[in-house]
Order: sequence, then structure tokens, then C-alpha cells
Amino acid sequence: MSSLAARVQDIFNEPGCAKNGSKSEAERRNGCTKQLRPGSAAGGCAFDGAKVALQPFTDVAHLVHGPIACEGNSWDNRGAASSGSDLWRTAFTTDLSETDIVFGGEKRLCKSIKEIIDKYDPSAIFVYQTCIPAMIGDDINAVCKAASRRFSKPVIPINSPGFVGSKNLGNKLAGEALLDYVIGTREPDYTTPYDINLIGEYNLSGELWQVKPLLDELGVRILCCISGDGKYREVASSHRARASMLVCSKSMINVARKMEQRYGIPFFEGSFYGIQDSSESLRQIARLLVERGAPTDLLGRTETVIAREEAWAWGAIEPYKPRIEGKKALLVTGGVKSWSVVAALQEAGLELVGTSVKKSTKEDKERIKELMGHEAHMIEDMTPREMYEILKGAKADIMLSGGKSQFVALKAAVPWLDINQERCHAYMGYVGMVKLVEQIDNSLSSPMWKQLRRPAPWEALAKAMEQMQSPATALADPALAEESRRARKICMCNKVDLGTIEDAIYAHRLRSVEAVREHTNAVGGCCQRRIEDILASEPSAMRQAAE
Amino acid sequence: MAIVTAPTKACAVNPLKMSQPIGGAFAFMGLGGAMPLLHGSQGCTSFGLTLFVRHFKEAVPLQTTAMSEVTTVLGGYENLEQAVLNIYKRAKPKIIGICSTGVTETNGDDVDAYLKLIRSKHPQLAKLPLVYVSTPDFKGAFQDGWEKAVARIVEVLVDGPNASRLRDPSRVNVLPGCHLTPGDLDELRVILEDFGLSPSFLPDLAGSLDGHIPDEFTPTTIGGIGVGEIADMGRAGWTIAIGAQMRRAAEVMQAKTGVPFRVFERLCGLCPNDEFMTFLSEISGRPIPLKYRRQRSQLADAMLDAHFHIGGRKLAIGAEPDLLLDLSDMLSEMGAQVTVAVTTTQSEVIERIQTKEVIIGDLEDLEDLAKERCCDLLITHSHGRQAAARLKVPFYRAGFPIFDRLGAGHQLSVGYRGTRHLIFEIANLVIAHRDKNDQPTPDRWRTARGLPLCPGYRSSAGATERSVA
Repeated sequence: MSSLAARVQDIFNEPGCAKNGSKSEAERRNGCTKQLRPGSAAGGCAFDGAKVALQPFTDVAHLVHGPIACEGNSWDNRGAASSGSDLWRTAFTTDLSETDIVFGGEKRLCKSIKEIIDKYDPSAIFVYQTCIPAMIGDDINAVCKAASRRFSKPVIPINSPGFVGSKNLGNKLAGEALLDYVIGTREPDYTTPYDINLIGEYNLSGELWQVKPLLDELGVRILCCISGDGKYREVASSHRARASMLVCSKSMINVARKMEQRYGIPFFEGSFYGIQDSSESLRQIARLLVERGAPTDLLGRTETVIAREEAWAWGAIEPYKPRIEGKKALLVTGGVKSWSVVAALQEAGLELVGTSVKKSTKEDKERIKELMGHEAHMIEDMTPREMYEILKGAKADIMLSGGKSQFVALKAAVPWLDINQERCHAYMGYVGMVKLVEQIDNSLSSPMWKQLRRPAPWEALAKAMEQMQSPATALADPALAEESRRARKICMCNKVDLGTIEDAIYAHRLRSVEAVREHTNAVGGCCQRRIEDILASEPSAMRQAAE
Repeated sequence: MAIVTAPTKACAVNPLKMSQPIGGAFAFMGLGGAMPLLHGSQGCTSFGLTLFVRHFKEAVPLQTTAMSEVTTVLGGYENLEQAVLNIYKRAKPKIIGICSTGVTETNGDDVDAYLKLIRSKHPQLAKLPLVYVSTPDFKGAFQDGWEKAVARIVEVLVDGPNASRLRDPSRVNVLPGCHLTPGDLDELRVILEDFGLSPSFLPDLAGSLDGHIPDEFTPTTIGGIGVGEIADMGRAGWTIAIGAQMRRAAEVMQAKTGVPFRVFERLCGLCPNDEFMTFLSEISGRPIPLKYRRQRSQLADAMLDAHFHIGGRKLAIGAEPDLLLDLSDMLSEMGAQVTVAVTTTQSEVIERIQTKEVIIGDLEDLEDLAKERCCDLLITHSHGRQAAARLKVPFYRAGFPIFDRLGAGHQLSVGYRGTRHLIFEIANLVIAHRDKNDQPTPDRWRTARGLPLCPGYRSSAGATERSVA
């Protein structure tokens, strides 16, 4: 246990992390995960993080040493894609029972490893530690060491029990396990001056394959991708790459930095989300490879490909621009995605009304400011209720977020797009950016929203009844009519009543919802239809009252 | 009579089972204004939450006490206290349902005592019901968690007999098992109301997870049975428990309030619904409405039309005990052979299933045996999709979770109408599969005589070949 605690401390002391660099010594010792608040916490545990980071290795058997909850409740829930083996989608767990907890689970773990090798013969087995065996003192390092020797097969302990911290910490602990036990243990069949590693790329929905053709065209070989569509043999020999690209900066910075330290592989942080980001990443790859001795013509060839792809992508986005231009988007996601997607959305002409920066580093925030200007609405931590208010108040036309908050948007009848791991479309590279714009347009222009915002027939009937009654009362008692006019709220969000809107319409001779919006506090989002009705009816009572 | 076996292997492969705590939390989700809380590390909640969200395509309330390594060593009192206070302040729930997990059970947190202490320290919580149920991950399965939680809710929240309040014979308590969908509950509600009965469902997932759009945003459940209505359940004339798992809750109800109960182990199929209708007619004193006489006839006709396709099929089914009994018996009454049956946990019903052997195991057992015994119809939850693709047999998704198809919350299986619907769904899958994969060719029957025919994957190599690669 003490070694795990030391390992966690070591991770918190990451010199490659900009946020960490700006902290005082004492702060640094406290670690970078905020203390979780019981009762209002969200997100996965360290085991979740480790599993997420490593599971895309396709030819490895992932064995979870714990009770049924850890694997039974979570398996086969990520959309990473494989070009070969499907073994990574097979769930293996020791399913610890009460007896195992009393007598220790090491024996069951050892038997499980043997069963997997006998039945499935994987390239390697990754054994994930979870809370309960960590509590009862199962030594998975020792079991894995013994099993590796006995079965002459790599059996790698991933020591990241859930309760040591957050998902992000788990990502890093998984990286440490790779550094300790896997990277550098084999040699590649051959090497080229164009070999690179991608670190922190998970090939969700197969999006890596949207970029790979361009790398292939340039002659750049992905020696290893950690971990999307990765294979054990590849990661074991990844220390022979000439350069690395760190794709998701938050999750595996320790791997990139330590590979630079140990094997002299330079790395850069980049992203393939967005047109300019993709171009910049390709340039950086070429530059690093040339610095490490690749022929210099690579630079020129890269520029040619970039020019061609950019021209194609801009051309493909062009038809959507007039349809999307000026539409407001709310972006709720973490870390690297927030700035890389901000840039991408602006390319498409979307206006961003806010972005969450909960998981972003200081550097990320700077970049957002650069991109969105100083008025950038950076949201530290947004509760679902706040999100709902923003959407319901029509302050945003579309929300882009991860799956967990999708229903907040959908229930407010506001378009929503998934940009997190569970999504079913791939948004990487030039092709992906065009796809994203197409999806946003699809969602925004769907005729369904109009129907859904219509009041139900009983609400419409109730309103008609009310209108039929109001002239009668108006004739009977003007004061009463005035009072009822003031009491009836039209815009629920900003509490604007019928009287105010009618007066404004008459006083300024307004003819459209936009005009009403300008002259009153009415939002014109969910109440748009009600205002349209008032404009259409223009009852005489209103004129009388105003006069 | 079926023999119940459990394989002796050490490693579970492709689990069928899910854990107890989320089964318990699921029960609390059928209560109005509720916030289920798992006392464990945050991953326990996060995994469960993702699972529910993917199944229902709904926002799901589920919180965590976020136990860390240190608090696990020191005991979870402070985390539980903070969690309850935070939820009370932020979400303003009408009830908090607390389930323990493997972590807090292993270190032996005494949650009942903690709750007493929390209540004495924070008088503002006096009126907030806190229901705790012990659900260690390392024992039982999803269905057991549900069973325990409902029994516990009855024990804690239902008022005891009260002389001043009379029993109302038109009121009926319904305790549905976790295998019923919100759609099933809606169907049952209509049936009961057609007999002039007014039902109280505990838990009522049809109120919270039926996929409706609420007027306002709430961080807690958006519907379900209210705490007041639960307290009043002792006034009902009868309790109807659906699924053997609900017997325990019904017994607690009877012991506490004297309301008699009847358990219906199945509500899918012709005979079970005949019994159900007869019972409703007896307790309501009304004849069976014409509508249901007609629906019964429609079901009979559906069975006639579908038996050509379902009859003789070799069924491989993996489900929790009550769902397993309900579906496999209905299909075997249609002439299917229950060839492989796998379940998650012990139950009194599994040895009565109409098959030779029931295995308490995982989807690897289901797949291997289905292949060995040439099954040509697979029923299990969505995790069976990989097995179905390898086996190349028609696959009907049933149970929890169903994350790769829409409408899981509205899948029907109860009543004459629900059974009719289900039979058509399964028969259509079989027909579509045959059209696509099993068209006759001139060479179709040119195989050597005497070899067993495994339709669907006749072309695949020997039984030793594993298609995991």
C-alpha cells in the first residue's frame, strides 16, 4: 500500500503539468484532485480511469480482480474500435464472493489467469486491482509476477483501486504501469525515421482512422497508439519511436514525459479536433521527425497535404455556414476538449455563449480566452439546474456535452450533440470536423423542435377559453381587466406579463417577436409562440387600455 | 424439475450478473422525489449511473458518499453525514435511500447507528425519511438488491394498523419485481382500474423512468410513489406481489398491517393471466370486462400464428430468476425447448423452470452451451450481443440493461396484450433471421447423413474453434 501511496504522490508531482508548476510546494503535496464532496460528486473512480485508458488495447485480456460491481456493471460500455482482435470486449472478472474476502482472493486470481490463458491465449493479461482486494491485502503485484514466470506470458498488474482518487488519477496510474512493466520490453521488427507514438488517443468510434490515411500518405508510421486500436507488441516496442504526440493532455502526460526522459523521444501536445488544430498537429509531427533525422522533404510534403485538406474542408463547410452562423452554443466538457472544440466550432461560424472549464488546466483556460475573447463565459462548475435554466431561457441554441448531461438539454427541448466518449460519430481530423458541422446543422435545423415546443392541445384550449372570457370582463370592469393583464405572465423565464408586452407592441407599433424582445425583457425563447399569438390577435382591449 | 448447478471456474467471463447495490438503488428510483445514495467509492455510483442512463435514456438521480482510501480506513461516518446533509441542502429530496457497497461492508460500517447519530446531531432532518438497506457487492445480484430494498421500504415507511382509519377494499397494493418495465406497470394500472380498483405501485418506476418530459427540472426522481401514499398502504384490501422476489416484501406488509397478499410468479402467457383476471374479478366483485375477453382471444390467435415459428426452437436464455421463469415458461408453453438456461442468483423458482438444468453462471456459459447444443434462439440482456453475433442466431433483448436499442422502458410482457406483443416480436425476429440467413439452396440437403444440423452456423468449423479473435 505504501508503494501505491508513493506512486500517487509521484504522479501529483508531475513537472510536465503546467497547472502543477504554478502551485506552491504545500499545494502540490495535497495533490491535484479536489477533495470530493460526498453527496454532490460526479465522475468515475481511479479504477474506472485505469480501465478506460488501457482497455482499447485490443489483443489483451483485461481481468478485473474484484466483486461483480466493478466489471459486471461496466463492461462493454466504450465505443473504441479495433482493426483486429475483439478480445478487449470480452469481460473477465474474479467476481469475488464473501468467502474470497474472508480467506483472500489471491488463489482465485491465480486460477483465473490460468483459465484465461488456457481458453483464450491472449498476448498479455492486464490485472486490475479494485478497492476490496486492496483492503484485504491481496498482493496482485506478487501474483502477476509469479504468473508471468509460470505461464511465460506478460501478466501486468494495474494497481489503481477505485478509492485512491479520481478517474484522471487512474489514467495516470495506468500509464505508470505501462512504463514499469511494458514499454521497452520488446523490439520492433523494423524501424523507420518516420515512426511516431500517439499517446492518450483512444480511437473512439474509430476516429483515429479519419487521420491515419493522411499519416500513411506522408509515410509517417504509427509505431504505437496508447491505447486506441493498440496491440501489446506495439506498446512494448514503443520506445523506438522518433517522436510522440500527446493527444489528450490530461490523461497521460506522465507517459510522454517519462518516455522523453528515458528514451529521448521528444513530444508535443496537440489535437486533431478542428481544422487548424489538425494542420498544426501534422506540422509538429513533421517538424519533430525532421529534427530527429527524417529527410527534410517531409516538411514540404506535409504542407501540400495540409493545403489540400484545408481547402477541401473549408469548401465542405461553406454550404452550412449561412445556416449555422450566429447560432449560440453551450459547451460542457472537460480539459483539452474545451479549447480544441471551441476553435472548431468557431470555424463553423457558431457563437459560443459558454464553456465549462472544470477539468481544464490554466493553460487550457488561457487558450480559451485567446479564442473566445475576454467576454468568454467560463463556467467552473455547472449544476444541471443551471444548465437547464440557460437552455430553457433560450440563451443557447444547442448544447454540446457528454452523455450524462444530455437529458438536461433534451428535456428542455433544446438540440444536443454528444462530444464525449459514448458518441457514435467520429469527429477527428478534417473529415471529422465536416461531420461535426453536418451533425450540428442536422440537429439545429430539425423541424421536430418546433413541434415539440408547441403547447399541448389542452393548454391551447385553456388559453382560448381565457381569451373568450377576458373581453367580457374588460367591458365589465377596466380595472379588473388591467389587473388580469398584469397578472398573466407571458415570458416565464424573465417574468414579463401580458400587459407590458401589449403596451410595448402598441406604443412602438411592433410587428415581430424580435422587436418585442428588443423593447421588453421577454426572452422570446419558450414564449416565442405566445408572443406571436399576441401579435396576431392585437385585441382592441389592449388599445383601449393603452390609450 | 431442473437441477441447479454452478460452474466451478474461478474467472467469470462476460458477466450476466450485476451488483446488489444498484438493484437496491433502482428500487428507490420508483419513489417520488427520491435520491438514492450508494455508500461506497465514487466509481460504484458512476458505473451504476452510466448503466441506468444507457438503459432508460433518461437523467437518473444517484449519488455517492465518495469514500476514499483514508475514509475507508477511518470509517465512513463523516462521509455519510456530509452526503446526507449535502443532498438535503442541494436536491431537497423527499426521501434518501441508502445502499451499502462492498467497500463499506468489508470495513464494517454500522450505517443504522450512523443514521441515528446523524439524526440526533441534525434536528432539521427529523422529517426526512432515510431508508438504509445493506447490499454488499460480493453477495447476491441485482434482483436481490431490489428485493431487499422494497422489503425494507415497507418495513420503514408503511404505517402500522390504525383503528381510526378504515380499510378500503377498492385499494390494492402492487409490489412489482424488478423485471417489470415502466410500460408493464402502465399496462397493469389500466387493467386494475378497469376492474374499478385503485392501485398503489411500490416502487412505481412508471412514474419516474417512463421517459416523460417534466415541467421543471428536478435533481431527484421526477415521479414515482409518494412517501405519504406508501405510509397509507396498510389501508388496502389486498397486496399483489409480482414475481417470487416480492414475496418477502408482501410478507412484511402483511405482518405489519394485516393486508393479505397473493404472489403471481408470472404475468406473461395465457394461463397466468387467466389466473390473474379471475383473481381480480373475485376481489373486485366485478365480471372480467369485455375488453379483456377480446384480448384473450387475440392472444390465443397470436399463439396460433406464432407457434409455427417459435415451436421447436431451441432456446438459450440468460436472465435473473423471475424473468427467466416468466419468459422461458411462456415460450416452452408455445412449444420451444428451453435448452440452456443461465441465471444470476439463487431463488426458489429456478428449480421449477421447465428445463433439465439451470446454471448460475455467466454469458460465457450461455454461449458455450448454446453452441454445443445447437440453440437457435437467444434471449438475454444487451451484453449478449457479442455472443449473438458469434452464434449467428436470432437474439431477443430482455432484462436489464438494454443499451443498444431504444424503448427499453416500454417493452411489454404482462397481460394478454403484452404477451401477444412479445410473441409477435420474438416470432418476427425468427422470421427475419430465417429470411436473411436460411434461404434454401439446391445444395442445402447435400450434407452427410447423421451429422447434427446446427442451422445458422452450419458452415462454421468444428466446435473447438473459438471465435473470440
